[in-house]
Amino acid sequence: MRHRFQTLGTSMKVLVLGLFLIVMVFPLYWITITSLKPSDEIFSIPLKYWPANLSFDNFINIFNISNFHIYIMNSLIVSLTAALAVLMVAVLSAYVLARHQFRGSKQIMYAFFMTQMIPAFIGFAPLYIMMSHFGLLNKLYSLMIVYTAGLIPFCTIMLRGFFHRIPSSLEEAAMIDGCSRLTALIRVILPVMLPGIAATFIFAFVQNWNELFLSIMFIDQESSKTIPVAMNGFITKFNIDWGPMSSGAVLSVIPTIIIFAFCQKLIVGGLTQGAEKG
Amino acid sequence: MKNTAKIKKPLSGQSKFIFFCLLPAIVLVGMFTFYPFFRGIGMAFQKYTLFDLTDIHFIGLENFRTIFAQPQFLQALSNSFYWVFISLICQFVIGFILALLLKKPFKGRGIYQGFVFYSWAMSGFLIGIIWRWMLNGQIGVMNDLLLKVGLIEERIGFLSDPKWSLASVIVANIWYGIAFFAIMLLAALQSIPDDLYESAGIDGANWLHKLFYVTIPYIMPTIIASTLLRVIWIFNFPDIIYAMTNGGPAGSTHILATYMMDKIMFGGDYGQAAAAGVIMIILLAMYTIFYLTATKSGKGADF
Repeated sequence: MRHRFQTLGTSMKVLVLGLFLIVMVFPLYWITITSLKPSDEIFSIPLKYWPANLSFDNFINIFNISNFHIYIMNSLIVSLTAALAVLMVAVLSAYVLARHQFRGSKQIMYAFFMTQMIPAFIGFAPLYIMMSHFGLLNKLYSLMIVYTAGLIPFCTIMLRGFFHRIPSSLEEAAMIDGCSRLTALIRVILPVMLPGIAATFIFAFVQNWNELFLSIMFIDQESSKTIPVAMNGFITKFNIDWGPMSSGAVLSVIPTIIIFAFCQKLIVGGLTQGAEKG
Repeated sequence: MKNTAKIKKPLSGQSKFIFFCLLPAIVLVGMFTFYPFFRGIGMAFQKYTLFDLTDIHFIGLENFRTIFAQPQFLQALSNSFYWVFISLICQFVIGFILALLLKKPFKGRGIYQGFVFYSWAMSGFLIGIIWRWMLNGQIGVMNDLLLKVGLIEERIGFLSDPKWSLASVIVANIWYGIAFFAIMLLAALQSIPDDLYESAGIDGANWLHKLFYVTIPYIMPTIIASTLLRVIWIFNFPDIIYAMTNGGPAGSTHILATYMMDKIMFGGDYGQAAAAGVIMIILLAMYTIFYLTATKSGKGADF
């Protein structure tokens, strides 16, 4: 009897897991299939769940009708630079906030938590005015700066959680051996928490890569467009050109999916552990 | 921020180190997050439109009165409520079920997780675009599937019919958020010590008892923290709606976040947009205080 219940339970479990799999994978499957159809097939009924003629036209087209290679480069430059910058700033702030209690340390943490509640758009108009004063509109620097600043609080909170797990005796020993505080941090502590650093870096990169509204607002010039700005341009008032849109979607999702595939454990572990000790 | 006071005293090596480590973070966050934030709050009380930048002046609560008189704002307000709570409850329940199913290791679990969690790495904008394509009224695959199965007789304008539009964007949002809850809850589930289940088993508890008397109480802190954060996040999240309907048709899918974006990007009325933002902050603050009091986890926010 018990055995029968168990097999029933197991097959239910397999069924539900299979259903989840289909529901989660289908949207990505569908956009990929769409991008591989010749354009007349995209709009023809009955729908084909597998393209009759596999075609890479949409992918060739998108590079012809737009400067997609430039957008990819711009997105890469902005996302990588801002992720590196936020890492450097947040490692320092997270380290002292993890190791020291001082006047104002609590308030700084509160202020960082607060930033997570701010509706993004409330600061948009002032930011826009600021950037135009600095002459940074239509420049990639504007995005690098606001992305870096925007991610500092969360990355600090995340990294602080990782620093808490490392005993301070480690850097004390290094300092007795004659290291300065900063060299102890860089040479001794950081290597130990490399997984946490990598998780934070990837998290920041993905956030930057995906950001939409700030980039739409600051960037309008062809040579500075990032992928989201360009994709947004494929939406006209009444319609979407689904051929290039689908291939653009696939191209833009490839880097993050690859990162996710290879570093899934790291990211998931990093996010949950870092947040645990928030 | 308070460290500046310390600077006047002769600095010990240690406080100098702390000061210089925090300086870049505080300067950047102050300049590019808090300054625009407070400046934006100020705008809520000013006449501040893009079309008439020469005439900017203090007008008290005028912006608030104006938006409260707009049916579109009131609809966005009530839509926000449905958007947040239906999304949250469904994301949580489905994510929890998924996490429970993934708790015990099985062959291929890592790969399986990759396939069901990947939505985490995608942007809300892209997910909105994909769902917009799937829910297309004429050639959308969702209509095609529902017709094939026989659930509907004719195609539904999921995003063009105000009856369906809000439900449609919420479904896309639920799909997006399942992974978040599954990831967080799975991590919490895996931290439950096995002997808790063993002793519950000796006491004759069945799986339902174990779920409600062992599992859920043990991971309660994670549940509280993740639902709290998630409400704030969903409330402030315009990307999916922007990509799917941009608030349409006829404002039927606007939430406060997209309403505000619309005012800035298309209406050019920074004052009214900021007023909507202030209302959002007040609602979130009230919610947070209420939630933390109700769950008696004030300690959770203590460092």
